[in-house]
Amino acid sequence: MSEYLLAAGDRPLFEWRWVERNADQIVQRLGEHLALTAAALAIGLVVSLALAVLSLRWRWFYAVALGTAGALYVIPSLGAFALLVPFFGLSFTTAVIPLATYTLLILLRNIVTGIQQVPEEVREAAIGMGFTRVRLLLQVEFPLALPVVVAGLRVAAVTTIGLVTVTAMLGMGGLGFFIRQGIQTTTPNPTAIIVGIGLSIVLAVLVDALLWVGERALAPWARKAGRA
Amino acid sequence: MNAFEQALDWLGRPGRWSWTDPAGIPYRTVEHLGFSALSLLVAAALAVPSALLLAHFRRGAFLASSAVNIGRAIPSFGLIILFWYLASRWGVGTSFWPLLLALVALALPPLFSNTYAGVVSLEPDAVDAARGIGHTERQIMLRIELPLALPVVLAGARVAFLQLVATVAIGAIVNDGGGLGRFIVDGFAQGAGGYGEILAGGLAVIVLALVCEGVFALLERFAVPRGLILSRRTTLTTRPA
Repeated sequence: MSEYLLAAGDRPLFEWRWVERNADQIVQRLGEHLALTAAALAIGLVVSLALAVLSLRWRWFYAVALGTAGALYVIPSLGAFALLVPFFGLSFTTAVIPLATYTLLILLRNIVTGIQQVPEEVREAAIGMGFTRVRLLLQVEFPLALPVVVAGLRVAAVTTIGLVTVTAMLGMGGLGFFIRQGIQTTTPNPTAIIVGIGLSIVLAVLVDALLWVGERALAPWARKAGRA
Repeated sequence: MNAFEQALDWLGRPGRWSWTDPAGIPYRTVEHLGFSALSLLVAAALAVPSALLLAHFRRGAFLASSAVNIGRAIPSFGLIILFWYLASRWGVGTSFWPLLLALVALALPPLFSNTYAGVVSLEPDAVDAARGIGHTERQIMLRIELPLALPVVLAGARVAFLQLVATVAIGAIVNDGGGLGRFIVDGFAQGAGGYGEILAGGLAVIVLALVCEGVFALLERFAVPRGLILSRRTTLTTRPA
C-alpha cells in the first residue's frame, strides 16, 4: 500500500471545485447506493414477513429461524462478499445477498415481537366480530405492530446504508466508490473520501427520518415506537 | 466448480498452515484476533468507566441513546480510509495507528450504550441498600452497579468484538497486516485468478467470527454473578432515537 504514499502535497482537505465538477457522478453514485439499499431492505422485509408468519404458527420454527438469522448476522461482510464473488462475480447479486441477510435478524424479531405485543382482548374482540385468521393478521395485528416493525426497519436501513460502502471493495459503485478513490489514485483525493463518508451519513439520517415520518403517518395512534 | 479446486490448491501451498509465515492461515488468525482484542480493550477502557460514571449520576442519557445510532450510521470502510489518508498526509506511521484508531472508534458506541443501559436499568433497591449500609458512591459503582450490569456490558462487548472482527478484515485494504482479510484483498487484486484465495480467505474469516461468537456465548453464561439470572437480553439494542 505504501506505494500510494506519494506526498499528498498541500491539497486542501475539501475542495468545492471537485464537488461541482463531479456533481453528475455524485448523483449517479447516490442512486446506486439507494438502489442497493432499497433492494436489500425489500428482500429482507419480504423474507422476514414470510418467516414471521411461520414463526407465529410454530414456536420451534421461530427458535430455529431466529438462531439462523443470528448466526448469519455474525458473518463479517467482507467474508460474505468473498464467498459469493467466485460464483456471482462482482455483481449486484453478490452485493445484495449479504446485505439482505443482515436485515433478517432484526426485522424478524421486531415483526414477531410487535405482533405478540398486541393485547389479547383486542384479538378476542376482532374474533368476536367475525374476523378470520388472515383478516385478523392483516387488519388488526400487523397495523398494531407497525411501530415496532418500523423501529426495526429504521435500524436495518441505517446499518445497510453503512454496509453498502463496503461493496466498493469489490469494485461496486455506490458512495463507497468515492471513499475508495482515497487509496486508488496515486494522489489521494481527500475531498472524495469526505464526500463519500459525509453523504453516506446524511443518507442514513435522512432515510431514518423518512421512515419515522412514514410511521407517524401510517400509525398516528402510536405516540412512541415500542421497544423490541 | 473451478473456484473450489482453486481454493483447495491454494490451501495446499507451502507455509499455508504455518504459525510464523505471513502466508499462513494460523499466523493471520493470530494477527486478526490480536488486532481485534487490542481494539476492544482500548475501547472498553475508554467507554466502560465513563458510561458507568455517567449512568451512576444519571447524566448524558441522550449521549447514550444517540451513540449507537451515530455509530451505525458511520461507514467503517470510510473511517479506515480517512484515518489512513490523514496519517499518510501527516507522515505518521500508516500501517498500525490509523487502523487502530478507526477500530476503537467503531467499538465505542456499543460498549458505551450497553454499559449505560445496564446500569440505568438496575433495581434501585440494590443501590439504596448499599448506600444504607454505608457504601461510598465509588464502592456502589464498582461493587454493585458494574457487577450487576455485567451481562449487559458483556453483550455490548460481544457486539463490538464481532464488528471489530469484520472491520479488521476490511482494514487489510490499507494495512500490510490486516489479519485474514489479507487473503481476500490480495485475491481481489488478482482478478479472476484470485478466486481460490478469495473463497478460502472468506471462509476463514467466517469460521473465525462464528467461533468467536460461540466463545462469547459461553463467556456470557459463566461470567454472570451468581444469583443473577442471565436475562437473555438480545444484544441489538433497538431503541428508537
